[in-house]
Amino acid sequence: MAVLVEIRDVSKVYERGRQKVEVLHHVNLDIAEGDFLALMGPSGSGKTTLLNLIGGLDSPTDGSITIGGERIDRLGEGALAKWRAANVGFIFQFYNLLPMLSAQKNVELPLLLTHLSGAQRRQNAAIALQLVGLADRASHKPTELSGGQQQRVAIARAIVSDPRFLVCDEPTGDLDRQSAEEVLGLLQMLNREHGKTIIMVTHDPRAAEHARQTLHLDKGTLVEEQQGLAVGH
Amino acid sequence: MKYLHLVIAALTRRKARTAFTLVSIIAAFLLFGLLNAVRVAFSGGSDTLAGNERLVVASRFSIMTGLPQSLQARIAAIPGVKAVGHQNWFGGVYQDPKNFVLSFAVDENYLDTNPDIVLTPEQRKAFAETRDGALVGKALAERYGWKVGQKVPLISQIFPRKDGDMTWPFTIVGIYDVTPDAPNGADQMFFLHWKYFDEGNQYGQHEVGWYVVQLSDPADADRVAQAIDALSANSDHETKTQTANAFNASFAKQLGNIGLIVTAIVGAVFFTLILLTGNTMAQAVRERIPELAVLKTIGFSNRSVLGLVLAEAVLMLLVGGILGMLLATAVVPALGKGSGGMIQLPQLGIRDWIEGLVLMILIGVVVGVLPALRGMRLRIVDALAGR
Ligand SMILES: Nc1ncnc2c1ncn2[C@@H]1O[C@H](COP(=O)(O)OP(=O)(O)OP(=O)(O)O)[C@@H](O)[C@H]1O
Ligand SMILES: [Mg+2]
Repeated sequence: MAVLVEIRDVSKVYERGRQKVEVLHHVNLDIAEGDFLALMGPSGSGKTTLLNLIGGLDSPTDGSITIGGERIDRLGEGALAKWRAANVGFIFQFYNLLPMLSAQKNVELPLLLTHLSGAQRRQNAAIALQLVGLADRASHKPTELSGGQQQRVAIARAIVSDPRFLVCDEPTGDLDRQSAEEVLGLLQMLNREHGKTIIMVTHDPRAAEHARQTLHLDKGTLVEEQQGLAVGH
Repeated sequence: MKYLHLVIAALTRRKARTAFTLVSIIAAFLLFGLLNAVRVAFSGGSDTLAGNERLVVASRFSIMTGLPQSLQARIAAIPGVKAVGHQNWFGGVYQDPKNFVLSFAVDENYLDTNPDIVLTPEQRKAFAETRDGALVGKALAERYGWKVGQKVPLISQIFPRKDGDMTWPFTIVGIYDVTPDAPNGADQMFFLHWKYFDEGNQYGQHEVGWYVVQLSDPADADRVAQAIDALSANSDHETKTQTANAFNASFAKQLGNIGLIVTAIVGAVFFTLILLTGNTMAQAVRERIPELAVLKTIGFSNRSVLGLVLAEAVLMLLVGGILGMLLATAVVPALGKGSGGMIQLPQLGIRDWIEGLVLMILIGVVVGVLPALRGMRLRIVDALAGR
């Protein structure tokens, strides 16, 4: 399978006042197109930091990140925003839906950045909601939905513009077992049947079981290799 | 436009807060509308003479200074003058000081110089034949239920009678109508005889307040005005001839520099409004930082985020401002009625609306720009992590 994400010698340093904290140390990682990767590790090990770099929300201090042949670490803020809109779907632990908008309108948000007409936006959002099993909740506000349902709306929002890959930061971290299973089943379905590449940070080994492979991050270094594509070059 | 629902969603997020802010904006622009009307009402002074068929001749020094009655015949003799009448301010109230009556002592010629009032020959005759007779406007008569033939006492705020009494008895001899395009308040006036006033009042100096001149040809205004003022040049009663509008404006200016006062009040009101709505906007955006971070995550550009927040502020100002000015439009005529014609404000014109709209947008941008910049500059990863 083709490599989608190539991370080469990436370091991330945060400066807190005069103190410099190196959160990621020379990380190397390849993620294949169509993979479902779980990223585990203790709190503070840099999982979110790495995920944000892959999702183009932040830039590395050192090293290169190439996604689909494009050096995203070299993109400026504006270009990066466009790139995210075209390539990445984001799913967060706390759903991050806009509270004033209905499920339908939340899902339509990414489509506002496209050239689609209002009718097409409505239709695409309706299809995405149907895919996550919430067609009947389209007009509900987030507060009128359970956590699991909100996360499924968030998934619909993440996939509605048909991005190349999804990044999920502890998508089940705030859910009960059953809702978590529903969400994980949905991600698995998107990976298997729709070929979406998924990179998921999780603390939960049972969540990681849904992935094709699991990597461990410890103090900013990838430490272990499961089956699938290699780590470390 | 496709982002409009996001702007509205942001505004309806905290309904009570938005409502409170809207009320302050409405109040500010209501005041803006009213005070602007006041300013316009008091600033007719820039009218040019030409094209006006009515001129007013008053003392050069002060509106409250009278002019000799002998001037009337000399003005009438100037070619181009069709009629000359005169008026004195009577300053009457009916029964109670708050029942102000726009009352003037006039001569019979005056009636020919006022194009707004409509009189029948019978009414004119009755006025001419009744020493204490009064002609009153229809609206004024309705207001106090006055009938023709009724004896009505007015209390002058300025002029005592020979015996020191301030109360002057009158007999209503006619209730006049006004032409359809007469200005507000023309139907609220009270006209009494100058002779009755001059002979009855303690200060009686055979002086008139000012002359009103009707021209044969409006194009003559400049020439006639110069000829009139030349009559009294270098005398102790030099005159200043101006248009009726300019005269009314200078009359009101006796009350002080209205324009400056109005500007100061409006300035203070808007300053307060900017502080208040600026604070509200800052708070509203602070609460929504995580949401704005989500929009940026999804790929909304910095400029879109900036635009969304600015649009929110401007929309709020526009909604409140337009409501406020509409309210002013409704209040202006009511104010004229309620004050018995004392306060005559012109209706808000296209200039007031343009000025108002520009102010709304300007204030919207001013109060929105700092929060908008803050929203635009937020670092996504920090905002998402709640840092
Ligand atoms: N913007 C920042 N400024 C300073 N320090 C930061 C910043 N972002 C992250 N860090 C630090 O970097 C380290 C890694 O953070 P990160 O959020 O990637 O950890 P994580 O593995 O996702 O942890 P958790 O499992 O708790 O979510 C932490 O010590 C954190 O305090
Ligand atoms: Mg994390």
